[in-house]
Amino acid sequence: MEDIAYEMARKQRDISIAEFFSKNRHLLGFDNLKKSLLTAIKEAVDNSLDACEEAGILPEVSVEIIDLSNSRFRVIIEDNGPGIVKEQIPKVFAKLLYGSKFFKLSQSRGQQGIGISAAVLYSQITTGRAVKIKSRISPDKPAHYYELRIDTQRNAPKILKEETVFWEKEHGVRIEMDLEAVYQKGLQSVDEYLKETAIVNPHVTLIYTNPKAEQVIFARATDRLPRAPVEIKPHPYGVELGFLMNMLRWTKARTLHSFLTTEFTRVGSGTANQICENAALLPTTKPRSMSREMVEKLMEGIRRTKIIAPPSDCISPITSELLEKGLRKEINAEFYASVSRPPAVYRGNPFVIEVAIAYGGAQPADQKARLMRFANRVPLLYQQGGCAITQAASSISWRNYGLNQPQGSLPVGPLTIIVHMASVWVPFTSESKEAVAHYPEIIKEVKLALQECGRKLGGYIRKKRRVGDEVKKRSYIEKYLPHVGEALAEIIGLREQERVRAEELLREILEKRRGALENVGFDPSKNTDYDEELASIAKPDEEEDSEAE
Amino acid sequence: MKEENLEFMKRNREGVLKRIVDIGREVYQSILERRQPQLKMPVRSLNNVNYDPQKGYFEIKGRMKERTLTVSTIKTFAQTLRMMSFSKEILSTNDMATKRETYYVSKNWGDARFREQPESDGVMDDIEAMFMLNREQLGFVPEEKGGDVAGSLKIIDMDPETGEEITIDCTKFGSGAYSIPINVEHLKFETDAKFILAIETAGMFQRLVKHNYWKKANAILISMGGVPTRACRRFIRRLSDEKNLPVYGFVDGDFYGWMNIYRTLKVGSGNAAHINKYFCVPNAKLIGITPQDIIDYELPTHPLKDVDIKRGKDALKNDPFVYYHKEWQKAIKELISMKVRAEQQALAKHGLNFVISDYLPQKLAHPEKMLP
Repeated sequence: MEDIAYEMARKQRDISIAEFFSKNRHLLGFDNLKKSLLTAIKEAVDNSLDACEEAGILPEVSVEIIDLSNSRFRVIIEDNGPGIVKEQIPKVFAKLLYGSKFFKLSQSRGQQGIGISAAVLYSQITTGRAVKIKSRISPDKPAHYYELRIDTQRNAPKILKEETVFWEKEHGVRIEMDLEAVYQKGLQSVDEYLKETAIVNPHVTLIYTNPKAEQVIFARATDRLPRAPVEIKPHPYGVELGFLMNMLRWTKARTLHSFLTTEFTRVGSGTANQICENAALLPTTKPRSMSREMVEKLMEGIRRTKIIAPPSDCISPITSELLEKGLRKEINAEFYASVSRPPAVYRGNPFVIEVAIAYGGAQPADQKARLMRFANRVPLLYQQGGCAITQAASSISWRNYGLNQPQGSLPVGPLTIIVHMASVWVPFTSESKEAVAHYPEIIKEVKLALQECGRKLGGYIRKKRRVGDEVKKRSYIEKYLPHVGEALAEIIGLREQERVRAEELLREILEKRRGALENVGFDPSKNTDYDEELASIAKPDEEEDSEAE
Repeated sequence: MKEENLEFMKRNREGVLKRIVDIGREVYQSILERRQPQLKMPVRSLNNVNYDPQKGYFEIKGRMKERTLTVSTIKTFAQTLRMMSFSKEILSTNDMATKRETYYVSKNWGDARFREQPESDGVMDDIEAMFMLNREQLGFVPEEKGGDVAGSLKIIDMDPETGEEITIDCTKFGSGAYSIPINVEHLKFETDAKFILAIETAGMFQRLVKHNYWKKANAILISMGGVPTRACRRFIRRLSDEKNLPVYGFVDGDFYGWMNIYRTLKVGSGNAAHINKYFCVPNAKLIGITPQDIIDYELPTHPLKDVDIKRGKDALKNDPFVYYHKEWQKAIKELISMKVRAEQQALAKHGLNFVISDYLPQKLAHPEKMLP
């Protein structure tokens, strides 16, 4: 027995995070060749947009995919952001879990600091090639060029080449990586991701060159940057035991009281005292000296203290108007509605739900509604079934609004639904950030927003039905009036003139009573926002379709 | 005599023609005055009838419906006028049309044509009610037979062309029977029979005719063949009134036999209440099959279906006739609680001629026990 234990001990060693993810790449969204291409581009573009917005720069991001044949593609993403200072470049791109966003609570696309380095890791695993980075932070400074690899055992960057180069760009970052992938169009494609990104980020210009060397420019629709999200400290209700212990170990505060007031939002001196009292801890306790038991008491104290909800001005919603405008670009429908919910809170994190819907027009009437999900302005293209947004949309009763709905599913009808969740921390179900976790508060807000849009839609559908009935009824006049006239003429022996006159009078009598006819229905030219070219992007080409069959 | 007959029918026709034209004028006049034309007619349904046991029949209550010409009613309105015009045409040419023929004639009306005959029949019933007339007076005749007659009865009819009298002896049909015509107003009767037996099924009628039951019992047998037609009811009524004969209904022991067949025979229908006064037999009584018969004669039964029970409960709740007769309420409740029904032919359990030898004589001995 003992021998075996020693034998086993020889094999036991630390697993680096990089090694772990190289074996479990599906956790990061690299589970198949098609999705890997999307994930790699998505991570880079999300980072670029975050960086630009934080620096107050209107983003202009170019994405280029070059087909290297044999299922290999070169992906080049270039932005006009603030750039990355020289010393940080290797770590940002070639060390997992290195980032600026994990420790702060602020609405941003990236959260954990895994994304782009995971793409680099994937590139390295599948092609063995180094990733090439160019960065410049100001016209006064030179551009820096790096060729990097990740040392997976140490989870540390390995610099293969490092030099100062000329770059016509004043500031920005350019990343070039080769990876094994498959390029396809469709609802889960790079094309769709970029298009949807453009729809919900009207301040962004995207220049996209696909592997067929076709270029699409999604030009920005507004020069106004979204309101910059404000960074907030965590709310006491949102922290868990381990996280709290960490905070206590690293805080600069000398007392528990000052720890509470400085490290948390919505905790003033009074609230801090009350927490201490409810936790039966002295406000003067030294944070670093607190035992696990004491931290548990502190958790209990927080739980028993009434603390007001976190501020919501840290959220920067798209606004229902812009969301609807984006939808109008993509879908030429006959009816639109949009709703922005007031901020709400789950586990101490403020969030806002926004919804827009498009009904009718050229959309197929016999299929399930299309649901477009967004979190912090990022389209979510995978795992629709496992997402809280989908659950919310499937659990409300669309029949009340005049649509068909199979039990527990999305409604069937010519409908597109956009749902956007903006939050300082979006709770994804996995690191690949594809589905929102099922918090009851989130589901409730999504349902309320959808129901509000649904009611507007129901009103429209009913009106349309009414007008349809009315049009049908009016056609009865044309149909049956001559019979009334003819029968009357036969019964009382009217002359031709008299009969015609009677029919005319009767028509007047009948039509006067019905009032004016309202004009509803689909007028394809009414929606001036509709962009046919945009709408056709990511739709599979016909030839591809026939290949698939 | 014969001139008188023909003259009467002509006057009747001219009166109806005038009323059709009058209504047409009213409609035309409202149009000229820019008002919506209206047609007024009584509501035809069971909840717009009164039952007065003294009078003995369903009488129409005052509730009228107004068919105002609007976009929603224009189709039926046009069809009503069309049919009135058609009635005018057949009356002025001294012709007639069956209900089915009328339905086919509507096929010339383009969009205003009827899709199915029940639509056409409904409009015809409306017009009939609007004029408070019998449809035969409008020139329309039903398709169905009036019923079959056998027994000691002589009927004096007339030749339709010459008006000459013809005498028909209902004992001389052998194993066949006399068929009641659509119009019975002009018929005269001679008989020494003691009662009239109105039978639901042709099968039971055949059995009684075959064994000369009418001779033994000195009766007039009439096969109603289901719900009795207006002509059948009118025939029995006139015969019963003029010759002072009691009428006994003999139907299946179920709610259809009681409420649809027997009740219509006795007090008329809810649907054509405006004419029930003439088309009913208020002195009729029910000989059987009663719930007590099922018990006394140990008759084979069938279970009542849910729809049957519903029909019984409906009658208890909504039928004014049942409302006035405690005996009927009791019978219906009894059948519902027994959850079974029994057919006339079930008596064959005790032998094919049991009905003649035992059942009818026993029942006829006690008219006071019969259901009203």
